[in-house]
Amino acid sequence: MALFQLPEWAALAPALILAGTALVLFLFDSINPRSTNRALLAGTAVAGSLASLAVAVWFTAAGVGATGIENYGVIDVMNGQFIVDRLALYFMIIISTVTALVAVASYDYLRDHTYQAEYYSLVILAATGMSMIAASNSLVTIFIALELTSLPSYALVAILKDNRGSVEAGLKYFLIGALSSAIFVYGISLVYGATGSLQLEDIATNLSTAGEMGGLLGLGILMLIGGVAFKTASVPFHFWAPEAYEGAPAPISAFLSSASKAAGFVLAFRVFTTAFPLEATTAVIGVDWTVVFVILAIVTMTLGNFAAATQENVKRMLAYSSIGHAGYVLIGLAALSTEAGDLVMGAAMMHLLVYGFMNTGAFLFVALAEYWGVGPTFEDYNGLSKQAPFASAAMAVFMFSLAGVPPFGGFWSKYLLYTETVNAAADNTILLVLAAALVVNSALSLYYYSRLVKALWIEEPLLDRDRLAQPTGLYAAIIAAAVMTVVILPAFDPIATAALEAAAAVVG
Amino acid sequence: MMIEILIAVALVGALVTFVAPNRIAGKLAFAISLVPAALSVWLFAAFDGSGNALLDGELAFESQAAWLEIGDYSISWFVGLDGISLPLVVLTTILCTLAIVSSWTPIDERESQFYGLILFIEANLIGVFSALDFFLWFVFWEAVLIPMYLLIGIWGGPRRKYAAIKFFVYTNVASLVMFGSFVSLVFGLGDSVTSFGLPEIATAMLAGGPEGFFGLSGTTLASLAFIGMFLGFAVKVPVVPFHTWLPDAHVEAPTPASILLAGVLLKMGTYALLRFNFTMFPDQVEAYAVPIAAIAVISVIYGAMLALAQTDLKRIVAYSSVSSMGYVILGLVAYTQFGVGGATFQMVSHGLISGLMFMSVGVIYNATHTRMVTDMSGMADRMPIAVGVLIAGAFGYMGLPLMSGFAAEYFIFFGAFGSELLEYAPLFTSLAMFGIVIVAGYLLFALQRTVFGPYRLETDYEVGRAPVHDVASMIVLLGLIITLGVAPDLIFTMITDAIDPIIQGGGL
Repeated sequence: MALFQLPEWAALAPALILAGTALVLFLFDSINPRSTNRALLAGTAVAGSLASLAVAVWFTAAGVGATGIENYGVIDVMNGQFIVDRLALYFMIIISTVTALVAVASYDYLRDHTYQAEYYSLVILAATGMSMIAASNSLVTIFIALELTSLPSYALVAILKDNRGSVEAGLKYFLIGALSSAIFVYGISLVYGATGSLQLEDIATNLSTAGEMGGLLGLGILMLIGGVAFKTASVPFHFWAPEAYEGAPAPISAFLSSASKAAGFVLAFRVFTTAFPLEATTAVIGVDWTVVFVILAIVTMTLGNFAAATQENVKRMLAYSSIGHAGYVLIGLAALSTEAGDLVMGAAMMHLLVYGFMNTGAFLFVALAEYWGVGPTFEDYNGLSKQAPFASAAMAVFMFSLAGVPPFGGFWSKYLLYTETVNAAADNTILLVLAAALVVNSALSLYYYSRLVKALWIEEPLLDRDRLAQPTGLYAAIIAAAVMTVVILPAFDPIATAALEAAAAVVG
Repeated sequence: MMIEILIAVALVGALVTFVAPNRIAGKLAFAISLVPAALSVWLFAAFDGSGNALLDGELAFESQAAWLEIGDYSISWFVGLDGISLPLVVLTTILCTLAIVSSWTPIDERESQFYGLILFIEANLIGVFSALDFFLWFVFWEAVLIPMYLLIGIWGGPRRKYAAIKFFVYTNVASLVMFGSFVSLVFGLGDSVTSFGLPEIATAMLAGGPEGFFGLSGTTLASLAFIGMFLGFAVKVPVVPFHTWLPDAHVEAPTPASILLAGVLLKMGTYALLRFNFTMFPDQVEAYAVPIAAIAVISVIYGAMLALAQTDLKRIVAYSSVSSMGYVILGLVAYTQFGVGGATFQMVSHGLISGLMFMSVGVIYNATHTRMVTDMSGMADRMPIAVGVLIAGAFGYMGLPLMSGFAAEYFIFFGAFGSELLEYAPLFTSLAMFGIVIVAGYLLFALQRTVFGPYRLETDYEVGRAPVHDVASMIVLLGLIITLGVAPDLIFTMITDAIDPIIQGGGL
């Protein structure tokens, strides 16, 4: 019970720790600008994100934020502007894990970089924003947290200032990001106009009074979906992703495609379940909003997969695969129904966690390849397993796991997503199409994932390479991610429980 | 606990071998693989189970631990052996050890990775034969694909890339079809099952079958699931017309991988057919007996004819496997004690004999660097002992009495001829028997041209005596073949003990 002598805002500790770490990094930077003390800077960032992770895990284990337990209820902060429940903690765990992996890997990746301290503080600031999104419970705080995430991300994508690709990617990302922010904010204003409230629960309560403003509200919801689509790299706001991921430094691509996507999803999960409960919303706007997600999910996963299959550039392939995976996770919202949906949403959350390891690992391998000076295409990766068998084995694990082949973590989450969709389809037959799309796309995705495995392991190298260096940080991050991707399979029970409780926190 | 130890030794051994230096990897892997081999022989001696694992039998070495619970279904680590699976586990461990020995000569690059993969396959194969929870089983089943894909792709012949990807795509698509069918069947069973435990599902199937799902009636669903699963497993077996991946995979695979592919991997298909289709769906077996028997007979005859047309020794043995697996299907569909028992016996027997044949072809190839029948003759002159064992093995293939092939085929024909379930059983059996004549034809023809006559070789290699370790492992296999031929009751008693409940479940 010692926990409850702490002030209530201490429940936000995982996010606060990250914010503090960012400030400490700023402090280092102001004391010694252009510092190249990589160990100190990376070490601080890693320590901060690990501390945030540890606290989030501790809170989850201690029962903070669990629903339905006496004295351990959901913690409201600032009159419900923030809320710390299972959902928030679950996503804080994902975000801080990915941040830690990225920070460890950046230690080597940034070896010759001028703006070390800026880089780490921006990463940690963005991570702070993501954690705040997970805990935000009002459209205002959500928007602020969203901007806190986006602004450092734009800068991070463009941080290789002398690299045209990086700068161009940063600009594209910024323009589309600004547009989608505007749309999102406009959506917020429409929702506010219709319901007179910004706090999510109040929106839900006021839905019935929206009355004839149903059309306005519907438009507002549609615009909010647009904002979510941008953040999660889903159709129709997906096209920034390949450009940004390709141009950005690879650790940042890993960060954006795993953590930032997770943050976008937690926003969607919370807003649409808490503020717009299906039955009440349908009564007002006349349309079931899950239909939009059904369409988005199918289009997103299909488009992502087909585009990924035609890429010659590894990073772009991973970018499109990341769009495809956003489509899989969207099923979590598409398959919601008035009776149930916590299982399928839980499965989507499990997929995000597994994805946090396998996708981050895959991008970090690309970071390693960039570190070695290996070119960007599949051919350039040919025969890397001869010089670097361990990293290549780890990459094979990521690829097969992303494709959903046993015995890796990706198999479980995809399988559960599939069965829960089929289960939910008993009430809503259109979901069968969704389940079929999931299976077909998964089977298809094996084509381009195995292509990379083939390049690494089976093809002969195009030119002779010297011995490749083995940077400690990158190797440590990649191997850790690979071990987790494998270990998740036998140890899936706690993850499944956590995800299902997280989903139960918002779905009745 | 014993099965866990068996799997763990192979898995840890695989990791250890993977990091060991190339120089010692072969010997190290051999030493490690002796442990599961010895343990499995001990399991064989200490076997105390009775009945069928799925039908209320007394399991040997059973262990079960909860793994995960999602929605209405629980998944567990559930392993155990009965009279059907134990002989296959012993076959696996022994063949893996011998395959490792037979790799010493031909494998001369990236040894530690090669032997690591072989041990990894071994662990998963033991898992396939001992798992009794659908999930666990499927994880092992799919996990066999990846190492085999890499074995063919990295160490294979000139067209290895094509063969590897063909193998992977064929079997993976088949697995998805099977997986989808089985999962929908489990959903169709509704509340009568609460876990993915195979015994529970088998009991529910025999107690009345599925209630229906998505508007399909129970019987329709069961029939669709039966057909879907049959097709899925048929690719793995393989039966005509799904056999085309097999010759490519065999010809391109390095010899040790061929030994495992023909010796054990094909048995996964027939084992799964027996465990799932022929145990859980007695009504469908009866309904579809005639088409299945027709497929079996076509596989026997067509496979043998294809073998007759080949000039590559490895292709001859590969196609003859298609033919031999046809006998297994015929025995299964006969649904009599001798039919199904003989089919199971044939799985073991064919594993030993085809292992021996591939090993001999490998020994000849290592010395001559050609596998073409037309390129050589009189090999008996140079490697008398190895060729002697090869000839003995070939006679085992043809079904010479006192060799295991004779016992297996005799049981199958005896069981099939008198089948009550299969219409026109005598006709099908007589047609299938004709296959033996063709087998004798192509084997004798090939032997006559390659090993007898005056010595002649088209390639520029000196052919000396075969290496001692290769001859030794061939003799071990020959010894096992003769032992089982002289005393089939060594395993046939435990097989029939496990078969009887299946047949009675079918009402015969």
